[in-house]
Amino acid sequence: MAEHESLPSLVERTLAEVSACVDLAALDEVRVRVLGKKGLLTERLKTLGGLPAGERPAAGQRINDAKVEIQTALERARAALEAAALEAALAAGRIDVSLPGRGPDAGSMHPVTRTRLRIERIFAQAGFQIAAGPEVEDDFHNFEALNIPPNHPARAMHDTFYFPDGRLLRTHTSPVQIRAMRQQEPPLAVIAPGRVYRCDSDMTHPPMFHQVEGLVVGETVSFANLKAMLHTFVERFFERPLGMRLRPSYFPFTEPSAEVDIECVFCQGQGCRVCKQTGWLEILGCGMIHPNVLAAAGIDAERWQGYAFGMGIERLAMLRYGVDDLRLFFENDLQFLKQFP
Amino acid sequence: MKITQRWLAEFTSVDESPAALAAQLTLSGLEVEGYAAAAPAFSEVVVGEVLECARHPDADRLSVCVVTTDGQDRLQIVCGAPNVRAGLRVAVARVGARLPGGVAIRRSKLRGVESQGMLCSARELGLGTEHDGILELPAEFATGADLRTALDLDDVVFEVNATPNRGDCMSVLGIARDHAAARERRRLMHPVAAVTARHEEIREVRLEAGAACPVFANRLIRGVRAGGQSPLWLRERLRRVGVNSISPIVDVTNYVMLELGQPMHAYDAGLLQGAVSVRWARGGERLTLLDDREYALAEDHLVIADVAGAISLAGIMGGRRTAICERTTDVFLEVAHFDPAAVAGRARRLGLFTDSAQRFERGVDPTLPVRAIERATALLLEIAGGEPGPVDVRRVGGEFVPRPLELRRERLERMLGTSVPESEVGEILAAICEQVSPTAAGWRASAPPHRFDLAIEVDLIEEVARLRGFDRIPERHAVAPQIAGVSSETRLAPERILEAMIDRGYREVITYSFVDPVLQRTLFPEAKALELANPISNDLAQMRVSLWPGLVHAARENLRRQQSRLRLIEAGRRFVLEDATLREIETLSGLVTGPKWPEQWGSARESADFYDVKADLEGLFALTGDHGDWRFQADAHPTLRPGRTARIERAGLCVGWLGELHPGIAKALDLPSGIWLFELDSESAFACNKLYFKKISKFPSVRRDLAVVVEERVTFAELLENVTLASAGLLTDLFAFDVYRGPGIEAGRKSVALGLILQDSSRTLTDVDADTVVASVAQRLRDVFSATIRDQ
Repeated sequence: MAEHESLPSLVERTLAEVSACVDLAALDEVRVRVLGKKGLLTERLKTLGGLPAGERPAAGQRINDAKVEIQTALERARAALEAAALEAALAAGRIDVSLPGRGPDAGSMHPVTRTRLRIERIFAQAGFQIAAGPEVEDDFHNFEALNIPPNHPARAMHDTFYFPDGRLLRTHTSPVQIRAMRQQEPPLAVIAPGRVYRCDSDMTHPPMFHQVEGLVVGETVSFANLKAMLHTFVERFFERPLGMRLRPSYFPFTEPSAEVDIECVFCQGQGCRVCKQTGWLEILGCGMIHPNVLAAAGIDAERWQGYAFGMGIERLAMLRYGVDDLRLFFENDLQFLKQFP
Repeated sequence: MKITQRWLAEFTSVDESPAALAAQLTLSGLEVEGYAAAAPAFSEVVVGEVLECARHPDADRLSVCVVTTDGQDRLQIVCGAPNVRAGLRVAVARVGARLPGGVAIRRSKLRGVESQGMLCSARELGLGTEHDGILELPAEFATGADLRTALDLDDVVFEVNATPNRGDCMSVLGIARDHAAARERRRLMHPVAAVTARHEEIREVRLEAGAACPVFANRLIRGVRAGGQSPLWLRERLRRVGVNSISPIVDVTNYVMLELGQPMHAYDAGLLQGAVSVRWARGGERLTLLDDREYALAEDHLVIADVAGAISLAGIMGGRRTAICERTTDVFLEVAHFDPAAVAGRARRLGLFTDSAQRFERGVDPTLPVRAIERATALLLEIAGGEPGPVDVRRVGGEFVPRPLELRRERLERMLGTSVPESEVGEILAAICEQVSPTAAGWRASAPPHRFDLAIEVDLIEEVARLRGFDRIPERHAVAPQIAGVSSETRLAPERILEAMIDRGYREVITYSFVDPVLQRTLFPEAKALELANPISNDLAQMRVSLWPGLVHAARENLRRQQSRLRLIEAGRRFVLEDATLREIETLSGLVTGPKWPEQWGSARESADFYDVKADLEGLFALTGDHGDWRFQADAHPTLRPGRTARIERAGLCVGWLGELHPGIAKALDLPSGIWLFELDSESAFACNKLYFKKISKFPSVRRDLAVVVEERVTFAELLENVTLASAGLLTDLFAFDVYRGPGIEAGRKSVALGLILQDSSRTLTDVDADTVVASVAQRLRDVFSATIRDQ
């Protein structure tokens, strides 16, 4: 049949077959059958030799035209089929981007640590060194050297944890003051964060908490410097301008001594439940180092002077993050911890 | 302590608002904790007189009274109080009155009898808790007067906290004195007139305790009326400052203490036997105090005694035997000065907390007893009558000698960081000190007898700063030396360690440094722990020798709260006793239990195991820059499960442990199995090696895989060691990419698939080179472990 089929008919039939192809394999089959080495069109080229020489160019031209036409159709069909295949593959490969990511979950840093690190960084940038001291202390460093005489109320059993040999758990980070001053010649600027212990615990006061002690000694380090340092600190810590006031107070190891209040961070000083309607929040204690303390640390109090301050880390963390119960810090409830990345 | 504005105004001018007064006191160092009206709001309550009082016809307990509130009106009021009677001055809430709590008084009928108002009890007016009867007003109160005016109820009560160094401010006089100095720069003096003696009797007094009791003023007042009640004004003033009215004599001693700051004690002179002495208690001496409890005294307790024994604990509380009672007619009044050191700490040691001890501990003016005894006498005569004898003042040593003080201008300004006008300093000193005079360098002054806190120069600097106001000291940044800081690479920063673990999914906890001894013994049966002498509770009685007890406790609490997947970490100190020497060791510990992954799609629910935690620790160790010298050595630990315990070594030294909680312990603690614990000694585990760059090889590496079948007991560490030895220095990495047991491998053996990375720094390795290494490795493993090499 092929022998007798006309060239136009072959072209027309092949184009119909091409357009009927639904995949690349079928298309390839058509290509081989028509254009392959033994394909229908290729065979016709081979018959050209049997034609008279005068007819050969024209006949050859016709067959070539037919070949180009079929090849073009094949290419177009291949492109279309490939595009469709890609489309299908993409559709099949679609994923649900809303499904949660897979892998370990994030951990969390305890808010007390987070707060401590912020305090450390703020003071370190001002040139303070970070110091540490033992938690099991002796009477000298915790009390005597800090100008706390033997019958001072703070020494009574109900405040201090003792060991049978007379040692004790430090009740504040202030003993590190003494150690720092005995280790280094002034001028010096040191902060000492750490755990402290009080046995006057009740429902709202845990027997252990954290303090940061600060100490600056120099020849002209003054109360005015102390005020400037603390005011800058609280504004950096709370990241906003804040009113601050100092109230005269009493600590055996400083004089003059002051309690520092900041404008309530919850009500902007307007008065609320947290600040007991006063508009002020007490956040730390401070003062000029008492000459007896300098003397106990072997520093000439006529030449050198300085300031010291101490603050509760939990207190600052509560104010910063709005935690309303001190006990939460030591219950280690995952639901609490998870809130502090 | 509490004071009222009216009481304060008797000593110094107080014209500011309560809020302003509170702020003024607080900012000069007397912290006002709060203030409140002396009485709650009520209106239309007036003084009335009961004209007639008859039994209610239908109720035994009710009376029908006729009351006048202006001398003309006759109000019929039904009253249930047992003390209502004709002639009594009463508080009448008339129709239309509003009482505290919003109670409105209306015309009403009680059991059929009309009542045109109400007669009020103290409690109904918010004036205390008395509700046994109606309030009895003094006869001199005019009928019709508004009760608020009559009782001066529009007074304000302040709660003032004097700091422990300011014993002189524990009285109305003391607060007034400080207020006058702060606000007016005025030195407040308070002379007291003497009361003339009406008899000459004096009791013999012996001071036998030396400087502990240098002044003992006393006086005998005969023929007092000890019974009955104190007058209403006195009871009302005591009520406002939170002191119960006891009896006229006791009320007077309390009143004078609150007013002047001088504690004192009144004895029933008829019960005293022989001479009165002040002496130290004798060992074994016992004394029953006014609280009806018997106390065993120590030899450092100062007592007042008569010939029959101790009659009071000096400066703390009086004794029961000689106490004032209703039958008392003669009063022996003791107004002494006790040295703070003779009183301090004693009351607390006996579990006592008294106003008197609180004042003596902080220091009472040693010149005050003479004035205070006159004030108390005058008040006592006014209230309870009686005939006073002469004031007898016994002394040890001389009169009070004022302490000299000096203040240098230069020191003041250097300390405060600001200059203060000289005139201002002079004024302030004159308001608080005696004998103030200028010197070349500044000022000289004497501390007044009531100021125990003024002894050295800085005490005066504080006074100047405080009384001027801290707000007047400027904020000035220091000019500090600029010294380069430290950024060390010799140790991993603690926060870096913590952050690395947090990034691996750990949650940081903070647990107490003291733990439950039972739990600690369960975990560490042999450890010696430091015991607290005075723990707050039995389950917080021992210092931790490890962070594991705290972590186990935290895990147990969270498991109880339905959290099944835990990865906890804590950084802190453990307290280890080594031959009685205590070491505080910085420690990093963790606890892991539950699924390896948070519950999520697409990953199997496998439990975390040893190797998961080990990978976390290896991640930390990598941060030290030390990649070589770590070993996880199988070992035994009492807390951990045998066969799943590793001692972690660095350069041959133990730096920590990793393992599974011993199943026996887990069971005893009612915990699930599969709890992994680790503990690292931060000091040794996180010391860093100095980093030093190693040249990167330009030549490609070659990978060869080798599957070796060895006995179960052969460890990866041993394979690593031998592969390294046989690799002619060309091995740059070795990893196990599979460990297989099962079909195809005989029982008791395992197949370990090893990946070897080979590289030379000076040339490209050929296939022949690599094959030679592999052959050498295979041979060594056959020789050492009888390994068989599986086909690739």
